[in-house]
Amino acid sequence: MDVLAFLSQPAGFDIGETGGWLFQASEPLWQAFLVGLSNTLRVSLPALLLALLLGAALGLGRLSAAPVPRRLATLYVDTFRNVPLLVQLLMWYFLLVEWLPDPTDALPLLPGLWLSKGGLSFPWWDAAQGQWSIPVQEAFNVQGGAAVTPEFLAVALALSTYTAAFMAEIVRAAVLSVPANLLEAAETLGATRAQVRWRVLLPQAWRSAMPPMSNQVLNLIKNSSLAVAVGYPDLVSVGNTALNQTGQVMVCIGLMMGTYLLLSLLVSLVMNLLARKSRLALSA
Amino acid sequence: MKKTPHLVHWLWWLPVAWLGWHMLDWAVLQATFRPDLAACRAVMHDGACWGVVQVKGMAWLFGRYPEAERWRPALAMLAWALSLAWLLRSVWSVDSRSVAWPAAVLVLSWPAGMWLMWGPGLGLSVVDTAQWGGLPLTLLLTACSLILSAPLALGLAWARQMGPGWLSVPATAVIEVVRGAPLVMWLFMAAFVLPAWLPSAWDIGPVSRVLLVLSVFSAAYAAEILRGSLASVLKDQSEAAQVLGASWWITQRVVVLPQVLRGALPPLVSHVIGVLKDTALVMVVSLHELTGSMSLSLSGDADWRPYFLEAYLVIAALYAAMCLGVAAVGKRLESRWPAQGAQR
Repeated sequence: MDVLAFLSQPAGFDIGETGGWLFQASEPLWQAFLVGLSNTLRVSLPALLLALLLGAALGLGRLSAAPVPRRLATLYVDTFRNVPLLVQLLMWYFLLVEWLPDPTDALPLLPGLWLSKGGLSFPWWDAAQGQWSIPVQEAFNVQGGAAVTPEFLAVALALSTYTAAFMAEIVRAAVLSVPANLLEAAETLGATRAQVRWRVLLPQAWRSAMPPMSNQVLNLIKNSSLAVAVGYPDLVSVGNTALNQTGQVMVCIGLMMGTYLLLSLLVSLVMNLLARKSRLALSA
Repeated sequence: MKKTPHLVHWLWWLPVAWLGWHMLDWAVLQATFRPDLAACRAVMHDGACWGVVQVKGMAWLFGRYPEAERWRPALAMLAWALSLAWLLRSVWSVDSRSVAWPAAVLVLSWPAGMWLMWGPGLGLSVVDTAQWGGLPLTLLLTACSLILSAPLALGLAWARQMGPGWLSVPATAVIEVVRGAPLVMWLFMAAFVLPAWLPSAWDIGPVSRVLLVLSVFSAAYAAEILRGSLASVLKDQSEAAQVLGASWWITQRVVVLPQVLRGALPPLVSHVIGVLKDTALVMVVSLHELTGSMSLSLSGDADWRPYFLEAYLVIAALYAAMCLGVAAVGKRLESRWPAQGAQR
């Protein structure tokens, strides 16, 4: 495998944000790729969780009988779906680094949770000390705990709020796709409203929501490559730097493609498992 | 479903009113509408500074295009808008006039407008494509990549769905490989790899390279939309047409294609909106379309830099207006040409 030999050469470039990974320019190139992949996943997974929660709330909000949440959810979906993700990302980033207070005077969101231009500090398990490390405000900075950068926050917020708008539409369509007479039949058979909701509506809606949901999950992971616009070093950003440094175009593209392909296979696998589970629950 | 009591409805208004009041306070009551830096600085971020639009608006719309020549992209945009309006009017006219002419004029208006912006042979100064920017660039990247991707998407969809193995395997590979990686990666390829690989005589300039990537990317996604619709057109219809003596081409053109397009209309409209939004990404390879030219005009200006938020909001509103416009036209098209089985 002579073509791949360059991957064990020193990378020759630093990565701005490694998420606790000790990486230096002298480490081999393949480690740089791993740092890029870990950065992609590190920002995609929390964003995904947030997007699912927000998307479900918005989707149900759009179906609500109360006019205010219904209109608010509609306004949200129409706004966030029709503005390019990049514009939203840059806007979040600008808000975070321009409008927030300096780290000398961080904003206490909750006890132990500090937000400032320097990022978000939160409590973290300190393995060396064997206890929780709680961040505190000190003269020049917030010390202790763990912290994420404003770049990370901007990417996570933009990805989750944007994707949530699309997920809301999927949730809404999935709930509406369950035939009304099915719900009426269940009620006629004496099921309570909660039973109709959880035992009849949810499994059916779940099943029809799965395929478009896995598309959105993949979109979110792929869209995390926009992070390059605010300088967050994700897989594509690292891969592009490596490509320009080494000139090994085919291998670098191949590595990126292969990684995304693997991720998409993984997502479809998980989604299929989730869908199968609901089918079993339905037939039982 | 039981109705929620009215009190709960009223409680919802509390957070809405609070949020609405703060937004109104910032955007209108405390805002400065004149391009007056001192007044903007005096209120800091307590009130919006909309004067930034007056000072920088033209730079956002036209990017780095030479100031004295801005009438050229403006004229091009006018021509595009008029030909689009003509096409839409003929689509909705009561008598079934052919839409072929307006469609042809619309398609031709794009290269004509680009020629006007470029300028050789017209007695005008030549403006290199590297200097193009702003709204005209956003519009032409969107429209040209959609126009170029249409035949490619049809070909890929047909090849994958109905073609023999030696056609369907490569078509599947192209579609899956292109869709497998993010657009940002393909744009990097277009900007950094393509020029290094191609002989310099073949250098087609940054705009054309990006246009090429956007077209192929759009085609791969559109092909999957068309393929889904193609699979739903019943096979016995084309068999019936062929029994009646129609050739394969006639069958596809008269029987299959119209149904495919009708069935695929709603996802195709979303696709058009997606391409329009995706053009913002060309900013990462230093082409300054609407988003990029706005960013460029403020990031280098220490005076107006603090008012990025106002600028983003204006640009976002512009995108939202364009996307909602496309969606509204799509809705009308859907009612004009309902999908098979949904006919009145």
